[in-house]
Amino acid sequence: MWDRNQMAARAAQELEDGWYVNLGIGIPTLVANYVGDKDITLQSENGMLGMGPFPFEGEEDPDLINAGKQTITEMDRTAYFDSAQSFGMIRGGKIAAAILGAMEVDEKGDLANWMIPGKLVKGMGGAMDLVAGVGRVIVVMDHTNKHGDSKLLKECTLPLTGKGVVDRIITNLGVLDVVEGGLKIVECADGVSEDDLRAATEATIV
Amino acid sequence: MKKIYPNAAAALDGLLHDGMFIAAGGFGLCGIPELLLDAIKDAGTKDLTFASNNAGVDDFGIGILLQTRQVKKMISSYVGENAEFMRQYLSGELELEFNPQGTLAERMRSGGCGIPGFYTKTGVGTVIADGKEHKDFPTGPDGAMETYIMENGIFADLAIVKAWKADETGNLVFRKTARNFNPPAAMCGKTCVVEVEEIVPTGSLDPDSIHLPGIYVHRIIQGDHEKRIEQRTVREKT
Repeated sequence: MWDRNQMAARAAQELEDGWYVNLGIGIPTLVANYVGDKDITLQSENGMLGMGPFPFEGEEDPDLINAGKQTITEMDRTAYFDSAQSFGMIRGGKIAAAILGAMEVDEKGDLANWMIPGKLVKGMGGAMDLVAGVGRVIVVMDHTNKHGDSKLLKECTLPLTGKGVVDRIITNLGVLDVVEGGLKIVECADGVSEDDLRAATEATIV
Repeated sequence: MKKIYPNAAAALDGLLHDGMFIAAGGFGLCGIPELLLDAIKDAGTKDLTFASNNAGVDDFGIGILLQTRQVKKMISSYVGENAEFMRQYLSGELELEFNPQGTLAERMRSGGCGIPGFYTKTGVGTVIADGKEHKDFPTGPDGAMETYIMENGIFADLAIVKAWKADETGNLVFRKTARNFNPPAAMCGKTCVVEVEEIVPTGSLDPDSIHLPGIYVHRIIQGDHEKRIEQRTVREKT
């Protein structure tokens, strides 16, 4: 089984040299720690390309935050722009990949990660735009919920963020691709067998 | 025409009425028109509809107008940081229209460009698409058809925005990620009032480095900004 950092490290392997990438909140944010020598430019959808790490204490700038509203820093390559242009580059397919968390994914690549009916609704933010617009959508999430039920389903039960948008799923148990007819196992996590993976998955595995 | 006003109340004089539609710039608490929001609170204008990405926090940003029950409806993409907002929404006192963030930004931009509607893939197959016109375009691989939904441009009565610097003619320069929704919000208002940290003499800004030309800006004020940080995150010096 992989822990959060191992999942992030595995997700970082998905990124190719020269890509512009958008990372979601949670485990996806950790992916930035594992890109190594690859030339990756991070987009923050509130209006920035070339997002740097958190500032040192005392150097926080209220005018410089990421999409999670955290203080960050700029880099030599940084460019700023407004929200309309930011989502223009997202919708226009200029961002090579987005790595996002999810509540549910299903075997048709449908993704649910923005609302649970009856619970507090915070909003979709930029998630619907990202999954509709970027080149590749990579989901990083735990394979099962806290009750042990599969989060990789035959059909999502929660309101969707996007329909047929997910390309690849990286969980604590392994890596799966969305293909014709269901999900295909690409790789098992350390100490996890294909049988373990199948047993923990509700979605059809082809 | 003089665009510079002595303070926020003077700059909003004659522009406010109950039931009006206001587009506001800002992302979270970054780059929000805090002085103009304060002045709207003091003016007591009611039944406001706001197009704004977020709703501030309880005691800052649009949150202060929720405390005083001046807001009827919010058009936003994310409202997670505001307890009073949630209370009013769940009790039915406040209307909420969720827009995907990029759809909201483009609705403002296109409204300001005289484009009353546009097609987007964002939200197709989700609740956002319910009741909206669907249309197929040959934009997929090898000209395959893909489905889009139509979204409307926003035409607001008033835009309130925050910039870093303005010259006396209203040419604006923003700073870092505080630009965010401010230019598109400014563009979609019938009237646009801007608050800045500094008004500089006309001619002192580089014409090649203007982020928003003064044609979009009708009234300007200069003032001191609190610029609150929502989530202070730092790293250790190694």
